[in-house]
Amino acid sequence: MQLFSESLQTAFYLIVSGDSDLFEIIMLSIKVSLTSLLGSIVIGLPLGAFLAIHRFRLRSIILSILNALMGMPPVVVGLIVYLYLSRSGPLGFLSLLYTPTAMIIAQMLLVIPIISALSAQIIEDLHIEYRDLFRSLNVSTFKAIMAYIIDARMSLLTVILAGFGRAISEVGAVSIVGGNIDHLTRVMTTAIALETSRGNLSLALALGFILLAIALGVNIFAVKVKNWAMDK
Amino acid sequence: MFETNYSEPPFKFELIPIKLRSVSFQKLGNNLIDNISLSINSKGITIILGPNGAGKSILMRLLHGLEKPSSGEVLFNGINLNNTIRLKQAMVFQNAVLLRRTVIENLSFVANLQSSKQTSNLSKLLQEVGLYEKKNLLARRLSGGEKQRLSLARALVSSPQLLLLDEPTASLDPYSVQMIETLLIKLRNQNTKIIFITHDLNQARRLAEDIIFIHRGKLEAYQSARVFFNNPESKFAQDFVQGKLIF
Repeated sequence: MQLFSESLQTAFYLIVSGDSDLFEIIMLSIKVSLTSLLGSIVIGLPLGAFLAIHRFRLRSIILSILNALMGMPPVVVGLIVYLYLSRSGPLGFLSLLYTPTAMIIAQMLLVIPIISALSAQIIEDLHIEYRDLFRSLNVSTFKAIMAYIIDARMSLLTVILAGFGRAISEVGAVSIVGGNIDHLTRVMTTAIALETSRGNLSLALALGFILLAIALGVNIFAVKVKNWAMDK
Repeated sequence: MFETNYSEPPFKFELIPIKLRSVSFQKLGNNLIDNISLSINSKGITIILGPNGAGKSILMRLLHGLEKPSSGEVLFNGINLNNTIRLKQAMVFQNAVLLRRTVIENLSFVANLQSSKQTSNLSKLLQEVGLYEKKNLLARRLSGGEKQRLSLARALVSSPQLLLLDEPTASLDPYSVQMIETLLIKLRNQNTKIIFITHDLNQARRLAEDIIFIHRGKLEAYQSARVFFNNPESKFAQDFVQGKLIF
């Protein structure tokens, strides 16, 4: 218990003292996670919508793969991205390894399956409800997808939060492709892992509390928005 | 209330006569519509009657192009049903399908789809169905009757020449039924062709100009309402009019 109270004090002190290293790590964590989340939304939502409303031969196989990828171990994703981005890899010429961009790519590979698979299920339910109406009104596929995304926005917000949770809490992939380089690719999770390995448990736990507070804050905000919209 | 004049269809009765030529529809080996041929020439309200499972809704879906006949064809003024013809129709479904948006947004969604066409004034439409005061409410907050009235208003946004209604007044409160019936009579007087499914014989007597009676996917009678109720041309129809149970 003493460790926990010390950690909370340390976390509080780090925040109120405006520790520049800490804020650099927090800002990089948020930047990397939000960027990967945004990229995953741009790719994953239309993919999910497409899978929800079209019937084709490989559909169930693609959905099964996406469902399986939701549980993909981050270190495996990190390793694959590492192999592609390393100097001898097919994308080595881009020199992206050990950069925040590599971390964003790795996180996107983890988040896209979550967003596309879960949104496909949500949109499919809505598609079943709206299908006859949209056929009756001759609504184009693009307009139908936009309508599904707009009308299912509250459920999709929960999916996006799940994706954000996956991105911000991920450590295996970003440490492999980012390298946990101080002032360059160090994020909250890799910093926690590092401080733990150094035996600096108090600081590691303090960083953990801050990470938890960020995740909690984002979720509370989303729930408030959802409740506000539902009560409208 | 009921003072608004709709924008009238640019070409009246462009879709009439509506002809079904040897139309059959099978699903999972079942003959849901069995070789129906008929020609609807009347310009008023045509009511489709029949017991549960007779194929009334399937027949309406075939008329609207939501199902394709397994054989035969559906012709509107001699032309096979296509997207252009379907856009001159509107359908109100048995269970009101409403977008998860506000009342007015449900109408504006359709209006935006038809930006190049003449659309009715949305606020006036809402006044017609008694929902103007609730225009900013989420559609899911409405009662069953209000939802169906909103569905009807939405169907009228595109000023259809042919309005198809699949049991729009089933399980509704008398106020909503009266409001919908009054609106339908007004639309009929403004030259909108209406085809309507109901189980309510009294409603059929009040509204119908002609009656289509089907049983087990077969056309049993197609007669003017007056003749149908006095002398139905099939035994099943006769039993149905007399309130007997038919299977």
